[in-house]
Amino acid sequence: QALNQVHKCTRGNAMEMATFNLKDGYVEAILRGYKGSLLKSGDYALMCQCENLDDLKMHLSTTTYGNLVSEVDVGGANTTTQLIECCTEKFVEEFEYLQCQAEGTLYHFLEMCRIPHMIDNVVLIVSGCLHNQHTPELLEKCHPLGMFDAIASLAVAANMQELYQLVLIDTPLGKYFEGSLSREDLTEMHLEIMRNMLYKCWIEDFNAFCSKVGGTTREVMGRFLSFEADRRAIAIASNSVGTELTHDDKKSLFCKFGSLYPYGQKDLAQAEDHDEILKVLSDYSPYNRLLALASADDDLMIDEILSGQELDLCKESFTQQFHYGVFWAYIKMKEQELRNL
Amino acid sequence: YWGLVFRHISPYMWASLGCALAIGLSVAGAAWGIFLTGSSLVGAAVKAPRITSKNLISVIFCEAAAIYGVITAIILQTKVEDVPIGSDGEWSVKILKAGYAVFGSGLCVGLSNLVCGICVGIVGSSCALADAQNSTLFVKILVIEIFGSALGLFGVIVAIIISASAVFK
Repeated sequence: QALNQVHKCTRGNAMEMATFNLKDGYVEAILRGYKGSLLKSGDYALMCQCENLDDLKMHLSTTTYGNLVSEVDVGGANTTTQLIECCTEKFVEEFEYLQCQAEGTLYHFLEMCRIPHMIDNVVLIVSGCLHNQHTPELLEKCHPLGMFDAIASLAVAANMQELYQLVLIDTPLGKYFEGSLSREDLTEMHLEIMRNMLYKCWIEDFNAFCSKVGGTTREVMGRFLSFEADRRAIAIASNSVGTELTHDDKKSLFCKFGSLYPYGQKDLAQAEDHDEILKVLSDYSPYNRLLALASADDDLMIDEILSGQELDLCKESFTQQFHYGVFWAYIKMKEQELRNL
Repeated sequence: YWGLVFRHISPYMWASLGCALAIGLSVAGAAWGIFLTGSSLVGAAVKAPRITSKNLISVIFCEAAAIYGVITAIILQTKVEDVPIGSDGEWSVKILKAGYAVFGSGLCVGLSNLVCGICVGIVGSSCALADAQNSTLFVKILVIEIFGSALGLFGVIVAIIISASAVFK
């Protein structure tokens, strides 16, 4: 793994620093401005002291969420959801501004960042239709970053084949369906498998894209994506404990890179319960260190530990300039901020 | 054989190339540096408008690279005087030497200001971004830029010393 890293570093683009600003200097600078206005620990401390939603709204309006939040009517029924929707709207506005100022490679990069949201939206709508919910309600629950044109017509599909051929073939998600079509009807289980297949294809595609971009982007995004691949592998392994998913099925859902590839993934696929999963992880760094920290503090769940590690990676990525990793890191940090709110 | 070729190339070609390179490459370096700094400065100033006036210093440092090129080109151009070719069809050694000296001088200042401009540009871009987040960092990063800017100065000094020996008449 260490040798891989060194090899990647030595193939960096020599003129990267001198030519990055040609196309992407302005957009990166705007992004760093956005990152500077993320909520800090002082803001969170103030907000924790709030007695009711009115105070919270007042504090939020002093931050960058300012004028959008002041339109929310506090006395109403769904104030919490409305507040969060306002904040999400602000985030989406920022993202779309970045995307419309970006050109070429950066534009494609931002498109690829949207795809996990698209995948989530597709799965949401299809599972909502299985439970006979109305499409307009489902569309409201979709994440705005993942909207694409044909999304409303997803509701008509009856099985995966139709889903693919009628709707998804023209969207950016189309190419992730190759090789994973089956004639089964859409049930809950198969939806989860479909979601994980799509994620796997997307991560591998993204990794290939970042490798092609090269230079510091490849280095930074490589770290992020292999962590993401590991995280998905751990999630799939722990969620499929006790289900009838076979070892081979599980392995086919794991990505073909990451620090757990290939031996860790083989072990994870064969793990039968949570303890075995933890045992497998304790052989791999940095997971062994993280697990040691977790066992010191009993309340931490493995999800939180992994989120903490991911955010550390995000902070580190901002210490380097002239790469696209900061965009991905900002998206992650903003989403965490929205979850915190 | 090569000596024969070079002896018959007019030293005025070398001299003109020298003047052209002096200003051409320096301005290329300065322009490169300015766009590197400027794009980051414009973006960072959206969220932190206070940085605009201080960070123009970075742009001025880049500009200095171009100024060094202009000065050298003017000095070099005034050195070039018309001396006819000798009666045996060969240029005299003194004129050949002068032509080469002007060329070398121009190349020296041109290349050093090219890289100086790029260097100051990259550092200036980082300076703008850092200043937007934390204003105590500005002066510290400016010191790095000053050192980078000295590179161009070295180029001018050496170029002028070389050109002092270029006497055509």
